[in-house]
Amino acid sequence: MYAFEIERPSTLAEAVSALSAEGAQALGGGQTLIPTLKQRLAAPEVLVSLSGISEMKGVCPDDDGRLCIGGATTHAAVARDAAAAYPALAALASHIGDPAVRNRGTIGGSLANNDPAACYPAAALASNATIVTQNRAIDADDYFQGLFTTALEEGEIITEVKFAIPEAANYQKFLQPASRFALVGVFVAKYADGVRVAVTGASEDGVFRWSEAEAALSSDFSAGALDGLSVPAEGMIGDLHGTPEYRAHLVKVMTKRAVAAAG
Amino acid sequence: MPKDHGIGASPKRREDVRFLTGRGKYTDDIALQRQTHAVFARSQVANGRIVNIDTTKAEAMPGVLAVFTGADFADVGGNPAGWLINSRDGEPMKEPKRPVLAHGKVRHVGDAYAAVIAETAEQARDAVEAIEAEIEELPAVTDMKAAVAGGALVHDEIGTNVCFDWGWIEDNRAATDAAIKAAPHVFTLELVNNRLVPNAMEPRASIGDYDPGTGDYTLYTTSQNPHLTRLLISAFVLGIPENKLRVIAPDVGGGFGSKIYHYGEEALVLAAAKKLGRPVRWTASRSESFLTDAHGRDHVTKIELACEEDGTFVAFRTETYANVGAYLSNFSTATPTFLHGTLMAGNYKVPNVYVNVKAVFTNTAPVDAYRGAGRPEATFSIERIIDMAARKLGIDPVEIRRRNFVQPDQFPFTSAAGLQYDTGNYDALMDKLGDLADLSGFEARRAASAAKGKLRGLGVNSYIEACGIAPSNLVGVLGSRVGLYDAATVRVNATGNISVMVGAHSHGQGHETAFPQVVADMLGIDESSIEIVHGDSSKIPFGMGTYGSRSLAVCGSAVVRATDKIIAKARKIAAHMLEASDADIEFKDGKFSVAGTDRSVGFGEVALKAYIPHNFPIEDIEPGLEETAFYDPANFTYPAGAYACEVEVDPETGVVSVERFTAVDDFGNVINPMIVAGQVHGGLAQGIGQALFEGCTYDENGQILSASYMDYTMPRADDVPFYTVDHSCQTPCTHNPLGVKGCGEAGAIGSPPTIVNAVVDALQRGGMSHVTHIDMPLTPARVWAAMQG
Ligand SMILES: Cc1cc2nc3c(=O)[nH]c(=O)nc-3n(C[C@H](O)[C@H](O)[C@H](O)COP(=O)(O)OP(=O)(O)OC[C@H]3O[C@@H](n4cnc5c(N)ncnc54)[C@H](O)[C@@H]3O)c2cc1C
Repeated sequence: MYAFEIERPSTLAEAVSALSAEGAQALGGGQTLIPTLKQRLAAPEVLVSLSGISEMKGVCPDDDGRLCIGGATTHAAVARDAAAAYPALAALASHIGDPAVRNRGTIGGSLANNDPAACYPAAALASNATIVTQNRAIDADDYFQGLFTTALEEGEIITEVKFAIPEAANYQKFLQPASRFALVGVFVAKYADGVRVAVTGASEDGVFRWSEAEAALSSDFSAGALDGLSVPAEGMIGDLHGTPEYRAHLVKVMTKRAVAAAG
Repeated sequence: MPKDHGIGASPKRREDVRFLTGRGKYTDDIALQRQTHAVFARSQVANGRIVNIDTTKAEAMPGVLAVFTGADFADVGGNPAGWLINSRDGEPMKEPKRPVLAHGKVRHVGDAYAAVIAETAEQARDAVEAIEAEIEELPAVTDMKAAVAGGALVHDEIGTNVCFDWGWIEDNRAATDAAIKAAPHVFTLELVNNRLVPNAMEPRASIGDYDPGTGDYTLYTTSQNPHLTRLLISAFVLGIPENKLRVIAPDVGGGFGSKIYHYGEEALVLAAAKKLGRPVRWTASRSESFLTDAHGRDHVTKIELACEEDGTFVAFRTETYANVGAYLSNFSTATPTFLHGTLMAGNYKVPNVYVNVKAVFTNTAPVDAYRGAGRPEATFSIERIIDMAARKLGIDPVEIRRRNFVQPDQFPFTSAAGLQYDTGNYDALMDKLGDLADLSGFEARRAASAAKGKLRGLGVNSYIEACGIAPSNLVGVLGSRVGLYDAATVRVNATGNISVMVGAHSHGQGHETAFPQVVADMLGIDESSIEIVHGDSSKIPFGMGTYGSRSLAVCGSAVVRATDKIIAKARKIAAHMLEASDADIEFKDGKFSVAGTDRSVGFGEVALKAYIPHNFPIEDIEPGLEETAFYDPANFTYPAGAYACEVEVDPETGVVSVERFTAVDDFGNVINPMIVAGQVHGGLAQGIGQALFEGCTYDENGQILSASYMDYTMPRADDVPFYTVDHSCQTPCTHNPLGVKGCGEAGAIGSPPTIVNAVVDALQRGGMSHVTHIDMPLTPARVWAAMQG
């Protein structure tokens, strides 16, 4: 690690102001950022910890029936507190990393980082969640812009994420054997106005919606509805853990399993 | 009734109390006054010419005390290979020098070319970044066959990448070729024995200390064999007189082979401590472990098996490319040869065996012995090809093995690969396996799996290995540059408690518990009064250390011999105390008594007498009660076993899950069954790791793709089943005093082919007759790809 200063604001306003300093960077749970610093792959001058800001934490429904999760809420808190309202989301959170990761890592950090193998992006995109910052609200459809790339601007903090609660949903995560991130993860969410299918882990462009599957499932929400479909291998990630063909195959298998499990 | 103490009992491991309560003391826990920190500059390229290293800026950085480069060690010796192998044509192997720090060239990613010593580790790290190294990148070679064919050279001065081209047994070659030609069936398989990263939980660490007042050096280091490290540093690398160098290997958090060897970092911290007059410490990061610990396995093999119609084996012939990496590590030449080729007859009375091994330099981390060391590679090749033969000939895989087993009345049996197996009963192991694994119930379990949409397969395997390395005379003839005895001192203190100084080092094996069981049984005293001392060259007489499942068979035998001497001396003292002749003294249950009388003295009284020698036969016997023995084994020991495993394969995804695993091993006599079971469990987890998960991969530029736990898959608790292990089929070793064979590596040797056999069986039974082999690790992606055809 290189040396850095650390700020521990207790309000969002203080955090925003601290982040306006030259070389400042937000610190969520540190589960991605700290390993990066240890490898000396980043050299922020100031880390602004968001973990002491109570207004950025917690899980609660809003007046429109959406589930709102503070940007600094840990995976463990989501696993626990979203279980009743949005069980598929809670289940996703409960399978991220290990207990240490879940007790530190946050939803805001995960969405800001937008790792192509991360789980939350699939849930956010399949639920067309609203990503709220100190400045604006961004639809998930506009938010994810490729590997490790999002609509966030310099100094912008994810303060809250709002999820429309589906009639039925499920997340199927096929583990990358070593890291146990998603080699392929598929989140299926069925809403009154249609089904959304978001895929993480697979594509070279990051999380994406599988629109053919969405169309098929919107008219017939059954695993069988996917029988004739397939995802092209082109554009899928190929690495030590799977070829593009394998990932494309898994997208379909995991989508079917998610539909079957969502019921 | 199971015994509650002594040989055969299972007292809990006494060392675990300190390990499990965080009171273990590892090298990194040691803090010395005025200590300084070393950080290494490591090559980012796999092959490169060092044009210039400018350390001026680094030297000027805050806290920096010294910067070393390869030039500082140009005049000192190199880290030697411990075993000289001759090629088939009689030429000695190529032995390029392995320097303390790379000089002239860097040869693998992670090769250290400079080191900074600073007041803090962070300052040293900052200064490493300020070193201006001009390294001209050269084409790298990572594929062994390409390395043999020509192209980039790892060591320009030797003009080839072939270290040796070894034949075993060269005189058997023609007969083997002829037998294969004449046989009605010949099966051929090309196999990869995947490269593994050892991943000891504790990374390597070393602290060098120098006392300018006495000229004494002390090295604290993560070693499986501190005396060997001392010998290498003294005799070859730095020339520090042996009596001026103390090597301490305190608690060591796992080695699996990787901590047998001497590494350049150890020499660096010693040399730097001398120069600075201050202690110098270094602890590897996990990344450094991945890049620089000696890796394991990495063979590419073509094996042929010739059979008669009835499945009788006629010949095995193999051609193996064995990766030694960029430099020869201390035992990297012995592992693919005498620990591999000599085992290539397996448990079988096959008359012809010929083994060819080409050891190849590549721009990768050095490869050396890793849990099993050569025997897993041999077992994998043999047991995979047997499985293929059984399938093609339509013979049950258990049956084909039984038809070829060496029979109990054939021992001692000289195998076609030249080893003399002293004892064994392989059918008994198979019988036991059939019962414990419930092989006859497999069909029902397969049907149950099928009902869930899973493909179930059964794999069996029988293995033999050679442990208790090794008779010094024999290994000397075969090229070893060291002797492979071990040593122990039994010191009976005046008050009757006992310290046993042993040359074997315990880093997970439970010596601190098992060795006292042996001594306690022999002396008839309570084992809690016996303590094992190990890991410090100045406390113990000598030792060759722990590897090759040798500790009990070799060092344990030295302990027995030393204890025998203690009893002999104590008997004389007792005879004097009892005013009887030595010959009339009986020793039983800790008491010396005069035969046929009720006169006796306890062991404790004798011990006290030895140290307070009033009324003592001072003219005949010296006071004191301390004895040392060196034990050099007469032969290897030959553990053997029969394993079975059942897997389920998900036909949609290729995911393999191990549902049942049964390991039946013959370790000869067993001192502590619980520790033995634990060793087997650990070995099985490592073998399952090799078969299903672990694989160290370099790309064609020599960049390591699996350099962290994000990409290198370790087996985890939920990846392995509850094992059934058994070691009740015992044919005690005939040539060591305890009749023990060694159990540390068996699990890692016997399990990989068992797993692969089971997966291939599952796919075959699932109708995929095109799948005859899948290379390890059998990741979901590979299994799925194999299923696609
Ligand atoms: C062993 C391990 C296993 C893991 N397994 C999984 C897994 O299976 N699935 C998965 O999805 N993830 C996994 N993760 C990643 C984990 O979920 C991280 O917690 C997450 O990716 C980052 O969240 P964080 O709060 O720790 O963010 P940090 O590491 O603190 O920050 C990450 C990035 O986000 C920025 N940031 C943080 N918070 C905010 C915010 N509120 N607004 C704007 N920017 C912000 C930071 O500046 C930084 O750039 C794993 C991590 C580890 C270490």
